[in-house]
Amino acid sequence: MSNVTEVSRSSAKAAAKGRAGERTYTPVDGLLLDVEDLHVEFHTADGIARAINGVSFQLRQGETLAILGESGSGKSVTAQAIMGILDMPPAVIPEGKIRYCGEDLLTMPTEQRRKTRGPEVSMIFQDALSSLNPVFPVGWQIAEMFREHRGMNKSDAMAQAVRLMERVNIPGAKDRVKAYPHQFSGGMRQRIMIAMAIALDPAVLIADEPTTALDVTVQAQIMALLEELQEERKMGLILITHDLGVVADVADRIAVMYAGRLVETADIEPLYAHPAHPYTRGLLESIPRLDQKGQTLAAIGGLPPNLLRIPEGCAFNPRCRMAQEICRQERPELREIQPGRRSACHFAEEVIDA
Amino acid sequence: MPEVILEAKDLRKYYPIKRGVLKRTVGHVKAVDGVSFELHRGETLGIVGESGCGKSTLGRLLMRLEEPTEGNVIFEGKDWHAATGSEMRRLRRDIQIVFQDPYTSLNPRMTVGDIIGEPFEIHPDVVPKGGRRKRVQELLDLVGLNPEHINRYPHQFSGGQRQRIGIARGIALNPKVLVCDEPVSALDVSVQAQVVNLMEKLQDELGLAYVFIAHDLSVVRHISDRVGVMYLGKMAELGTEDEVYQHPTHPYTQALLSAVPVPDPTLRGKRQQIVLVGDVPSPANPPSGCRFHTRCWKAQEICSVEEPQLIDRPDGDGVHRSACHFAEPRTVVETVDVSDVEPDERFAVVETRDPAAAAEMAVGDEVFARSDAEAEADVPKQYTGEEAASERPTPGDPSLLVENDEGAPPRREI
Repeated sequence: MSNVTEVSRSSAKAAAKGRAGERTYTPVDGLLLDVEDLHVEFHTADGIARAINGVSFQLRQGETLAILGESGSGKSVTAQAIMGILDMPPAVIPEGKIRYCGEDLLTMPTEQRRKTRGPEVSMIFQDALSSLNPVFPVGWQIAEMFREHRGMNKSDAMAQAVRLMERVNIPGAKDRVKAYPHQFSGGMRQRIMIAMAIALDPAVLIADEPTTALDVTVQAQIMALLEELQEERKMGLILITHDLGVVADVADRIAVMYAGRLVETADIEPLYAHPAHPYTRGLLESIPRLDQKGQTLAAIGGLPPNLLRIPEGCAFNPRCRMAQEICRQERPELREIQPGRRSACHFAEEVIDA
Repeated sequence: MPEVILEAKDLRKYYPIKRGVLKRTVGHVKAVDGVSFELHRGETLGIVGESGCGKSTLGRLLMRLEEPTEGNVIFEGKDWHAATGSEMRRLRRDIQIVFQDPYTSLNPRMTVGDIIGEPFEIHPDVVPKGGRRKRVQELLDLVGLNPEHINRYPHQFSGGQRQRIGIARGIALNPKVLVCDEPVSALDVSVQAQVVNLMEKLQDELGLAYVFIAHDLSVVRHISDRVGVMYLGKMAELGTEDEVYQHPTHPYTQALLSAVPVPDPTLRGKRQQIVLVGDVPSPANPPSGCRFHTRCWKAQEICSVEEPQLIDRPDGDGVHRSACHFAEPRTVVETVDVSDVEPDERFAVVETRDPAAAAEMAVGDEVFARSDAEAEADVPKQYTGEEAASERPTPGDPSLLVENDEGAPPRREI
């Protein structure tokens, strides 16, 4: 076993030397990530669950793209597919391309892919406590990034870890570098995970519900930190969330997912002002707002579909009050309805004017 | 204002911290440390605060699931925590609870009919034995579920539907007060609105008073008549929804309100944001004086010495209770009154019935889904798996597919 580790370590070291300073990948016209017609299925005992059914989007340098959706919409699976951390099997990616700076991550050799994960594309998870290793000190875990990918020795790596912990505003970083995850509060743990994710200065950062488990005052701190880091490093940020409030605060563009498909993509302001899909519109109607009083809450009827049995036609049609015969038969494609805006609804123009 | 139905007087709950072989008590976690408020008949009192502020413990004290270390609760003029025997049991009927997690708060081995009907076993005189099943069906109908589903098990329902079952159980004994501990926080946004609307409808029809405990300030504003803000076991501010949200005087309330994101990108950068530094201190060793002084930008010497009382202080438009020496109104949320704006019914409807119930009957098929949070809190596998299957459905029943949805993708998203 030790042999295997040795081999991978030394090759990582060689790779690190090769790319010291310069990046192996350079984005063309600022385009970092280009996901094209991605499909993910889970083969379960009950049948094939189609978690993602043809998702395409792009991410540019310095841009924040929010992927919004309810549970089961496939937003997290999309992130996991990009990171290559889906359990395969049961997951299968039958179709699609995920290009990072022009190179398809899905067809890349495993070893090369391993080297893009971390230095190039990195991820923050929702639950920091279960994502950090409970039996190693946090400093050790952050330093691991430098040891593995940059071939640093222990003490240099540890010094880098302290520097990063200071960067993410952990008070007394020097003294706390040897503490274990359980000795930190939820917000501090999330900061540690952010430190690990940005350690190697990635070009793309994927944040999967980074603040869902946190209190609002801590949420504000963490979102402010992420924004600051993005600004500083010109990262492309993919923010996966179900919280329309957080999205409104930080995102540049937004992609709304429903039953494994994108139903609407747009710049942030036009989407909130004039949603072009009945689902987006329904979501906006159904959330209570802090700055409104006497609001009548309206709900989208029904539930998101079971992915084993996605309805024919438009997946949203059983819950949609505008649905016509065509919606039950023909699946609407995601089409451009205004420059920079796409919607997958047969009646998008009507919705947008409503 | 209607009469006071429930009053908390200086409630305290300390949990001992035990150490060593002899289990000596070395300190106390002061979960609730002197909370007083009153609840009027038919109103909703929202209790907000961050995790660890003691709001759930407060709910349990009101239910008498915990005995207070000090203080008492007066319910309709009677000392609730001094009541014993039959008097206590009679009082219990009038205060009921709805729990946060619709997955663990329902017994997976009992049918919905048994779950909702169980209160009648303990209080047999509420409904005579012969009429119980009918009453349970009425309750199912009242909370918007299909009365024909009385023989189903909890796992056959979605998160929103389960929460409706929890509410039906809560109102089975015709209580006067319903304590709701984070009743909608495990639900998806589109389902959350359905349950909130249902609770409002039930309040109108049954004249219930709610103690609505939640961390989501937007939901609390929507449903509450009055709001109490808790910090580290104490009430920082207490007033009507307008007073607390439009003229908050306690710095903590102001910070909390300013941190809530508003779903409107045009407000980006225009809203005041007070970002608090640091974390909530430990309730085992709370700061002296005002508990918020370690994180407060207004703190002065007096704050660390003298504890501010929760008393009426001017808020610019009247007075309401606030526990700050330097209470001063500050508008952090520009409120828009939208009471005359009706939602566009083409996209979303004001609905209190469970819409799936109707759809289900029509299609003869069930649509199930669960959120990540819900899935995490799922009932243990052994209950959902073999046992339930052997107890009930026949092979080929579409619900069999659902029972074993461990394999369904939403669960794998974690």
